[in-house]
Amino acid sequence: MRQYIVRRILISILVLFGVSFLLYIIIRLMPGDYVANITAGNMNVTAEMEQRMREVYGLDKGLLEGYISWLGDAVRLDFGISFIYQKPVTEVIQRYLPITFALAAIAMVFEMLLAIPLGILAARKQYSKMDYSIVAIALMGISLPSFFFAAILKRVFAIGLGVLPLSGMVNARAGFEGFARIMDIGHHLVLPVTVFVITGVGGLLRYTRTNMLEVLNADYVRTARAKGLPERKVIGKHAFRNTLIPIVTLVGGMIPGLFSGAVITEGIFALEGLGQIAINAVNNGDIPYLMGFNMFLAVLTLLGTLVSDILYAVVDPRVRYS
Amino acid sequence: MEDIQVRNEQDQDEFELSQVILSPTQLVLKRFFRNKLAAVGLITILVMIIFCFIGPFFSPYSEYEIFYINKETGEEIYMTDARISEKGVKINIKAPISTAHLLGTDADGRDVLTRLMYGGRVSLTVGLVVVLVELLIGVTLGGIAGYYGKAVDMIIMRLVEIFYSIPFIPLMLIISAVMVGYGISPKYKIYIIMFVMGVLFWAGVARMVRGQILSLREMEFMQATEATGIRTSRKIFKHLVPNVMPIIIIIATMDLGGIILMESTMSYLGVGIAFPYASWGNMVTAVNNSIILKNFPNIWLPPGVCILLTVLAFNFIGDGLRDAYDPKMKR
Repeated sequence: MRQYIVRRILISILVLFGVSFLLYIIIRLMPGDYVANITAGNMNVTAEMEQRMREVYGLDKGLLEGYISWLGDAVRLDFGISFIYQKPVTEVIQRYLPITFALAAIAMVFEMLLAIPLGILAARKQYSKMDYSIVAIALMGISLPSFFFAAILKRVFAIGLGVLPLSGMVNARAGFEGFARIMDIGHHLVLPVTVFVITGVGGLLRYTRTNMLEVLNADYVRTARAKGLPERKVIGKHAFRNTLIPIVTLVGGMIPGLFSGAVITEGIFALEGLGQIAINAVNNGDIPYLMGFNMFLAVLTLLGTLVSDILYAVVDPRVRYS
Repeated sequence: MEDIQVRNEQDQDEFELSQVILSPTQLVLKRFFRNKLAAVGLITILVMIIFCFIGPFFSPYSEYEIFYINKETGEEIYMTDARISEKGVKINIKAPISTAHLLGTDADGRDVLTRLMYGGRVSLTVGLVVVLVELLIGVTLGGIAGYYGKAVDMIIMRLVEIFYSIPFIPLMLIISAVMVGYGISPKYKIYIIMFVMGVLFWAGVARMVRGQILSLREMEFMQATEATGIRTSRKIFKHLVPNVMPIIIIIATMDLGGIILMESTMSYLGVGIAFPYASWGNMVTAVNNSIILKNFPNIWLPPGVCILLTVLAFNFIGDGLRDAYDPKMKR
């Protein structure tokens, strides 16, 4: 087991080198006068910051040499200074990470609470009306463009009925304190979380259903039924526990998806998270931030896969890595 | 005695003739069309293709045509008309639904229905081209990795992991920023985007194809090809590829939907297909204007519904195909 984990980590590091090199090449594809051009209209960008970016990204060196010098800085978590915020990129990410993280975590909990019971229900009643409707709704969620769904929700609940706020994180005019403030934030998060959950639940739901179907056909479930256990116990104790194994591996892979999905949802609802900053960064040519954000997500993805692989071994005692 | 024998033989022949023997393809098709959702999906796609590719020939307007209106007489004037410079003549923006404009006009005074058709052309074409690119790269590399194994497999699979760990939308944001730096015109941007998406999405295909080939390689019929000593190219194209075909077809249909969705998202974020080209995604962008969001659903609702229907239809077809190809699915 320990040997397996060590090997996985080593491979992850190797992959991370690949990812960073690829990203670095894209940065280097920029035209030479890019920094000067893009920052020309931005009064806040000083010549020092430009110089700092050239240095960090090794723009005045050759490709390989530049990459090595950039890598040296990146290992020390130095991605340059964000043009928009005038602060080191890592500081910006640290500052806005909690919002994105909270949103992703809430969405993920709701997704699991919805997907797993519905997936099991659909599998238990395969080919029934219930099954068809659940699967059709799941597929609809997958096929729904999130920005379009968000627009409909805003039109209906924020503009039409006026029961939920249109965008933003807090009601700035009310100036709530303490518990009221938390309630206010919650109120603002209803629509974004709904968008996340509805558009993201389908994949997990279908996966749960497929696995449950497989498990329900297994011999040990037939045995459990044959010895006359109540259906509740057959499903809950014998079938469900075994579907949990593949689900665990999927959940690990979902986390990075939630973070990159934040780019759209946060942008639409004007939530001050990493995603919205990323969009601003594109419009302002804030390459240092974009690079930092991408590297952050890449690390997150690799961690997600690593954790789910290890969890796989934890929940399934049959799995032994050699 | 002999009479009975003859009759028996006749009966036997008749029985055999009346038996319907289905080829595997026919079996799959039969099972596919028994699935109602899949059949509905197929019809939806056909309707969409007719609407987007043949529809424009029946539309009296063109993609970029801007309409003007004389505020006093209420008469509509075409862009080419000399009277547009007259007094009291304005661009006919956000016109309501009428017989002349079945879905009204947008914020720039262009016919929404016509743009919907041209936008669909772009979205469907992008989907198709990206799938072709990703299949070309994915099947080749996945096939090589699965067939040759060992070090080649190791290298290709690490490459797959690298492409897997790059978050797509954030990466597109960087690429878009670089493209802005070069000042690339929207005309070429479409091609670049299609190419980049294809290059980024091949990893999933490669992983699936490799897995399939790995398990096929161990099968008896592959040992038989080994024993008969046929050429490698024949082994791959005659024996392996036909067996991987089902999974490739399923991936391709599912991905068509996914890519159309992705393209529309990118266009919405402003890093995809750009003005003056229409795509369903950038037509929905109109919702950023709160007045349009509130009062003119005829501008943003139709393209959104088109995306939803098309992607849903591709998913239904993909699901139906997967069930139809799966011999374990007997109903």
